[in-house]
Amino acid sequence: MDLVFAPQGEAWSGVSRQLARLRRSVLAGGLAVVVTVGTVGLWRLVGREAALGLALAGAGVLAWGWWLVGRGWRAWRYAERAEDLLISHGVLFRKLVVVPYGRMQYVDVTAGPLERRFGIATVQLHTASPATDARIPGLSPEEAARLRDRLASLGEARAAGL
Amino acid sequence: MSAAAHPDDTVTAVEGAGAVPDLTAFRRLHPSTPFLRGWKWLLAGGAVLSRDAIGRVDVAQILLTMLAVLVVGAAAGAVSWWRTQYGIVGGDLRIESGVLFRRSRRVRLDRLQAVDVVRPLAARLLGVSELRLEVAGGAKTEAPLAYLSEQDARDLRAQLLARAAGLDERTPEAPERPLLSVPLAALIGSTLLSSSFLTGVVITVLLVAGVVVSGELWLVGPVLPAALGTATAIYRQLVANYGFTVSESPDGVRIRKGLLDTRAQTVPPGRVQGVAIVQPLLWRRPGWVRVDVDVAGYAGGSGDAAGGSPSTLLPVAPRPLAVDLVRRVLPGVEVDAVPLVGAPPAARWLRPLGWRRLAVGADARVIVTQEGVLQRVTTLVPHAKTQSVRFTQGPLQRRLGLASVHVDTIPGPVDAVARHRRSAEAARMVEDQAERARTARRSAEPERWMQQ
Repeated sequence: MDLVFAPQGEAWSGVSRQLARLRRSVLAGGLAVVVTVGTVGLWRLVGREAALGLALAGAGVLAWGWWLVGRGWRAWRYAERAEDLLISHGVLFRKLVVVPYGRMQYVDVTAGPLERRFGIATVQLHTASPATDARIPGLSPEEAARLRDRLASLGEARAAGL
Repeated sequence: MSAAAHPDDTVTAVEGAGAVPDLTAFRRLHPSTPFLRGWKWLLAGGAVLSRDAIGRVDVAQILLTMLAVLVVGAAAGAVSWWRTQYGIVGGDLRIESGVLFRRSRRVRLDRLQAVDVVRPLAARLLGVSELRLEVAGGAKTEAPLAYLSEQDARDLRAQLLARAAGLDERTPEAPERPLLSVPLAALIGSTLLSSSFLTGVVITVLLVAGVVVSGELWLVGPVLPAALGTATAIYRQLVANYGFTVSESPDGVRIRKGLLDTRAQTVPPGRVQGVAIVQPLLWRRPGWVRVDVDVAGYAGGSGDAAGGSPSTLLPVAPRPLAVDLVRRVLPGVEVDAVPLVGAPPAARWLRPLGWRRLAVGADARVIVTQEGVLQRVTTLVPHAKTQSVRFTQGPLQRRLGLASVHVDTIPGPVDAVARHRRSAEAARMVEDQAERARTARRSAEPERWMQQ
């Protein structure tokens, strides 16, 4: 993490490790299905060597994906400043967004079935610009609720016209 | 002056100061509304039925069907008209409508972004207008009042603007001062020099020449779409922007335009969220530019009915005039006085042609970005209108030590992106821009622009 994406002097928070767990589970589950079907098919049609090769390739992809998910998870961070919220994420394509509280139109807290199972939620801030990409996934429900309430009250206190 | 082309829109303070109608009571739309809304359907239905009727004996039956449809349609239209009412209640505009599903809509007038009076050709023939109240956040024009008599539309507009400004509703319509009008010659010239027009003409000519020379008749087919493209280009620029006039009043900028369908727009002060000065390739020699603006509520494609885009502040003008106009809509902003800094040479790997044109700069009020090789675009976004600031860096940019900064605004034609800056510079820019936006918001003018 270089300084560009984490201006110094801010209290940066990361997101819950559960986000990485969720993504790794999805990755492992998806790969398991594809590789199992593929291996059985190859065993029947081509032979043992090909099936073994596929299984090994699957294991390789899993290891690589495991590592990628970890990097992606570590890249998510946010900081609540006095006047604005900073969110930074992305490894290959890196992004940092600065959203002033007064510009906030509404806040969403969402949690899909998988997210709920892993005990995390996503907070998304909306401004009048659809380009504003202010989403924080992988927050514990308490943190998500706290952030939502804090953002809503800060937004109200600093509300500006359009 | 194009005021002569729209005599009935020219309201002076003296005329407006007469009897102030009481709009607090609920009123109905103009009685011609059902007809104006339905005649296109009627015509289409008639066309379909009469095509069926050709070669058939029972013409009487067809006519009877048409009559029945007409009666039912007219009745439905009349009931809908009867159930639609509007009025100003406690600082809100209220519109009650719907027959089976009732809808009651309240529009907060201090959140009003623009008021347009649109008059399609058919409405002009009957002497009525549509009043469009633009508010932010709507996918389309959320509060259209179609149709009102011209007098009603004018009175209502004056009252809406007075209340939105925080004045007494009896305030007569603000007097206006013409700033500039676009001469017909410039409109014609700019149409002839537009790429869509030229492409259409070249393709049409080539196709016709091909037919004549080779005698291949299948080449006739594509002539029509090509000609249609040309006609669209003419319509967009020439017919929609005919008699384009910009005036200034305490209520904001007024724009009038249109040959067949006319449109009179009022954009109150502080509603312009961004400005783009665009110069297509072929306009460089005459030194013409186009000016587009971001106004909340205009983005939802509310322009198609009346032709042209409501986001056009100036369809064509010499650059100095355009800069002058920008100064009016964004007070205190001097486009050419803002110092611009070019992109670093490393940007040439990502923009081999245009990297020299990439530039960005900011002063106390606006951020200015510049880009484009063929079509040159200069965008201005006031700091006070910044919604959020984004810093992005792709893998190639990181290799080159570059990054881009996006200044996000409401949806519209203006996008301010400082592309391919040095990473450290971009990071500083994000911080500075956030700080400038914060300072600018504190000193921003009030939404009710006449209240101090």
